Amino acid sequence: MLITTEVFVQPEINWFAISPFTILLAAGVFSLLIETFAPRAARRPLQLALVFGALLASFAAAALLLGTETLTAGDAVAIDGPGVLLQAVIALVALVGAAGLAENKVDPSGDAFAARASAIPGSSDERAFTAAGWYSTEIWTLFLFAAGGMQLFVVANDLLTMFIALEVMSLPLYLMAGMARRRRLLSQEAALKYFVLGAYSSAFFLFGAALVYGATGGINFNDIAQAIPGRPQTATLLMAGVVLIFVGMLFKIGSAPFHQWTPDVYQGAPTTLTAFMAAGVKLAAFGAMLRLAYSAFGALIWDWRPLLWAIAAITMFVGVLAALMQTDIKRMLAYSSVAHAGFLLVGLISGTNAGLVSVLFYLAAYAFTTLGVFLLLSLVRDANGEANNIDTWRGLASKSPLTAFTMTFLLLALAGFPLTSGFIAKFSVFAAAVQANQMPIVLLAILASAIAVVFYLRVVVLMYFRAAESTEVAVAIPSNFTVVALVVSAVITLILGVYPQPLLDLISQTPVFIR
Amino acid sequence: MDVTNYVILAAILFSIGAVGVLVRRNAIVMFMSIELMLNAANLAFVAFAQANGTFDGQVVAFFVMVVAAAEVVIGLAIIMAIFRTRKTASIDEANLLRA
Repeated sequence: MLITTEVFVQPEINWFAISPFTILLAAGVFSLLIETFAPRAARRPLQLALVFGALLASFAAAALLLGTETLTAGDAVAIDGPGVLLQAVIALVALVGAAGLAENKVDPSGDAFAARASAIPGSSDERAFTAAGWYSTEIWTLFLFAAGGMQLFVVANDLLTMFIALEVMSLPLYLMAGMARRRRLLSQEAALKYFVLGAYSSAFFLFGAALVYGATGGINFNDIAQAIPGRPQTATLLMAGVVLIFVGMLFKIGSAPFHQWTPDVYQGAPTTLTAFMAAGVKLAAFGAMLRLAYSAFGALIWDWRPLLWAIAAITMFVGVLAALMQTDIKRMLAYSSVAHAGFLLVGLISGTNAGLVSVLFYLAAYAFTTLGVFLLLSLVRDANGEANNIDTWRGLASKSPLTAFTMTFLLLALAGFPLTSGFIAKFSVFAAAVQANQMPIVLLAILASAIAVVFYLRVVVLMYFRAAESTEVAVAIPSNFTVVALVVSAVITLILGVYPQPLLDLISQTPVFIR
Repeated sequence: MDVTNYVILAAILFSIGAVGVLVRRNAIVMFMSIELMLNAANLAFVAFAQANGTFDGQVVAFFVMVVAAAEVVIGLAIIMAIFRTRKTASIDEANLLRA
């Protein structure tokens, strides 16, 4: 049987509507040309100018697009309220993250990335490249593609575009995770684990997409949503597909029982990259997850809600209980990010507009706090690089009061104390879930938040009320890049805590996905 | 010609790949298992395209091949870097990261 020939209609592309991520992806290609043709000494300044210029342009484009609602590129991309808002937040997060990655004063030999990633750790080559003061400037090419992929991920309106965006976002991050300057074995191991589990999860996503395509006859979210009520005979196939797609997405957002890669990758990757990854991937993957749950599979809410209910409950408790037992501060924060994925799922399962608004606010608040926390971690160092063991943080307040104070503020925000963005975020998520009659899960979430306070405050207590054990650990003086990044993250955390209304209003204006 | 057979074959291939990643300890073999999963998805897409009478599934298969090629490049680069450092591609040897 031959497939009847369809006439190919060239899709209309609204270039302005897709400009936020096209700017970043085009800049990625241009950055590759810089790598190829510019002399070594000129690469870093050129790349930095390109990265910051492209991110500012992308942010400006997203800001101008706020409130636009249009489908473009053959309905493959849905430019709508939540999508554009997330694109703007991702651009801002990438700006702050890029400032963190550009830091080259903290480590005496350069930035956080290996002088040349291909040199064998401990070899004479490695020492020669490091002594020559080389930089791996190709991280900026990878960074631009990752950021562009994140922005495409949140507006993808069919399963194929979403899969491509997922890979464009993830593949560069796998590589960058393995390129740390210090502790290179750990870093390479993190890259391997991230790659294998990431590729494994995207294969699940893809097979799920195939089953959904088989059950509904379309890959476009509008076709899928319209076909769902009319095809009861394929309901089993459809549900199998939806579950596999969600498994792939839950891997990416790092929720239990698919969270095992999170602590290893967060610990092994260069800390400044962990900052960008923890914030950016969470934003992008949750944006895509929201679109899947609300737009494509909105009619199936009674089927996916119990599933995600259980996942949310497991995720919160696995996250907080495992975080209690960590001795490495990066691993502790990785488990805390697992717990936050659970809180975000609590907002998602409410399935209402209020739930959507609260999750978007939570994502924006959480992203900047996380960026700040991980960037601060990269400053506390001893002779071998970063001092991540929790005991080395004893008495830090006497060594650097400002670092200890900022860290305390950001940790309180993660714990959800009033006057920080974390409080408003948690409150709005829980309120939305209560409105949607999801009281049991909210009680579990409040219990988990209470446990979480223990491990956040443990760090604060160590910093302020314990005497320092060694004089080796010190807070490095960063360049202006990190200072600006830290100030921006802390100020946004504060502003969203004391005056959240403008952002909440902005999100509430257009809290619907179009398809 | 029944499309169901192709879908069942795709499901079997996908399961072999999914189990292969979990039980094999060599990074290269794990990686091959992942490729098998992607190709199982491709087979399912093409089979469903035939059943549904639309082109979407065939187009997806082409894009997935491109993505799989990109994934090979990234994956082998990472595995090579580790192999040159440790002289082994076994996943069990990569055990420095733990609580």
